[in-house]
Amino acid sequence: MSLARRELPPFVDYVVLPAVNVITAFAAAGLVVLAIGENPIEVVKIMIVGALGNAENIGYTLYYTTNFIFTGLSVAVAYHAGLFNIGPEGQSTVAGIGVALVCLAFDGAPWWLVLPFAVAASVIFGAGWALIPAWLQARRGSHIVITTIMFNFLAATLIVYLLVNVMGKAGSMATETRMLTDATRLPFFATLLKPFGIDLGQSPVNPSFLIAIVASVAVWLLVWHTRLGYEIRTVGTNSQAAVYAGIDPARIIIIAMLISGGLSGLLAVNEVMAVQGRLLIDVAQGAGFVGIAVALMGRSHPLGIALAAFLFGILYQGGAELGFDIPKITRDMIVVIQALVILFAGALGNMYRPMLERIFARRPAARAHEAEA
Amino acid sequence: MLRTTIVSLSMVLGLAGAAFAADAEPALLYDVGGKFDKSFNEAAFRGMEKFKAETKINYREFEIQNDAQREQALRNFAKKGNSPIIAIGFSQAAAVEKVAKEFPNEKFAIVDMVVDQPNVRSIVFKEEEGSFLVGLLAANVSKTGKVGFVGGMDIPLIRKFGCGYVQGVKYAKPDDTVFQNMVGTTGAAWTDPVKAGELTLSQIERGADVVYAAAGASGLGVLQKAAEKDKLGIGVDSNQNHLYPGKVLTSMMKRVDVAVYNAAMDVKNGKWTAGVNVLGLKDGGVDWALDDNNKPLITPEMKAAVDKAKADIIAGTIKVHDYMSDKTCPF
Repeated sequence: MSLARRELPPFVDYVVLPAVNVITAFAAAGLVVLAIGENPIEVVKIMIVGALGNAENIGYTLYYTTNFIFTGLSVAVAYHAGLFNIGPEGQSTVAGIGVALVCLAFDGAPWWLVLPFAVAASVIFGAGWALIPAWLQARRGSHIVITTIMFNFLAATLIVYLLVNVMGKAGSMATETRMLTDATRLPFFATLLKPFGIDLGQSPVNPSFLIAIVASVAVWLLVWHTRLGYEIRTVGTNSQAAVYAGIDPARIIIIAMLISGGLSGLLAVNEVMAVQGRLLIDVAQGAGFVGIAVALMGRSHPLGIALAAFLFGILYQGGAELGFDIPKITRDMIVVIQALVILFAGALGNMYRPMLERIFARRPAARAHEAEA
Repeated sequence: MLRTTIVSLSMVLGLAGAAFAADAEPALLYDVGGKFDKSFNEAAFRGMEKFKAETKINYREFEIQNDAQREQALRNFAKKGNSPIIAIGFSQAAAVEKVAKEFPNEKFAIVDMVVDQPNVRSIVFKEEEGSFLVGLLAANVSKTGKVGFVGGMDIPLIRKFGCGYVQGVKYAKPDDTVFQNMVGTTGAAWTDPVKAGELTLSQIERGADVVYAAAGASGLGVLQKAAEKDKLGIGVDSNQNHLYPGKVLTSMMKRVDVAVYNAAMDVKNGKWTAGVNVLGLKDGGVDWALDDNNKPLITPEMKAAVDKAKADIIAGTIKVHDYMSDKTCPF
């Protein structure tokens, strides 16, 4: 994080700036939609209704949100330590193997009994996959961006090998494990809440969403209210200064990456134990990379991440509905729209910052310092 | 209790859907490779376009982006009363099974996988038989005695292609060598023509002069590099001979288009049947492509040899090994 920039009031930093970015992104996407001869207002309407129009659609949106919160938090924790973790994709893939092993071993047992073990397995496997890149960065100086990308491919290779040769369903063409029994599979909210008269249709949102909320609060506490969090932020801001403060940057790098990997791993609980009920070849399905955009957009703050994850949930679910309703908007068009949002909200996230600084920096300096407290 | 409610609810939805069945539009769900892969998914698209042109009945389609959308799309189709609902690719099996149970009165079809439900037609192909024939042709035309195979991903389906191909090569020339490479280990393996092209170059450098692609849209890279290096490629799924005329030896056609067209037509004509359809050489489900683009490459002797092998396979005198039967390839 650059220290050169001036402090903005938190309201501006976390709400106004992202909002302006998102509006710009939608305006640009609107032009693309216009260019292929569709009505952008109609498209936005379908997207919003498709994502939030009824309980079932909201359920789908929250299912995507769950994944994005996990990977967003993962990227953010590493980012606070000055590390760019590009590996959530691979970390959650390997965590998927862990969750599948636990769930298949205890298959038939009630889900609430298996869940703690599955969560533990997802964290351990995810963190374990982050350990080697972390160690290489901390002790050998191998750049974490390169090693985590490489570990994404290693994870993909590993899971294909295991599903084709070891864990796959016998006599089947499909590269997947057998299904978990209904008792062990994490039930959807749709099933859990039905007796209370709440109808979520067939939407796959499930208790792992609550785990994501708990994880967000835990990350907030960790980063800003613990000694370890202080050490992580110190290393991230200036690792040489950290040494003078008696902090061992290598140790912090490894710990931060283990936490980051563990958070990515939790995604597997959502995908493997709940939504798919089996291990598929593609566990994260791109959520690992979306997590980078989510963390950038959410300014590495759990609240910002939750909101950004929700926005991406809307884009994913609304995008699917667009594909159903407007045949002219193909899958690739939806990717273009999503990419524009990532471009403006993530990569060009600071485009409007100088302008906002000019507007808000005249405020009393004390105001800005409140943000620190 | 809960289960009964869900089941009865879905029955009601299913019946509501069936009420529109008289003029129902078919629906097509592509796999992650995407509609215009010049190969497997595109074959399905062509089958549906033919149906549309002949019957003037429109159809709906959807390209998925992630696994969660499979069930979502099938359910969307089923709720809107589309019939039949055709899912392309083995990855759709679990979703088809689940949604077919929820909508017992809707008609589903799946290509490349067997789903054992009373309202599902499962269409599977004997890819090994078609691959055997193109392998035989490759061995006949190869001057170096070395031929290549570039698969998408190391999964059972692609091993099935590869095994039939190797058997065909060895049947014609027992001493020939077959190089085998896979493009990748992620879904991108099906849409990565650049890497597939690099693998082809490497096989050509090792002496291969015919390379067979079974890699979806990545296969285009194989055909391109083979043509650039003045060697021969072999296309897959659709007839790809026209892509590089004179440089594509032949294509192993998997008639997904015919299967999709038939499924839609059967519903329209009230002749729909569920169950497993296994399509091999005998049924015209797989074949090798011969047209004006590759006619100069196929000598009369080669044509006679491949025609004889085809007749022998149909008659059962040549047994082509199915990789899926024991998950091993003895060649």
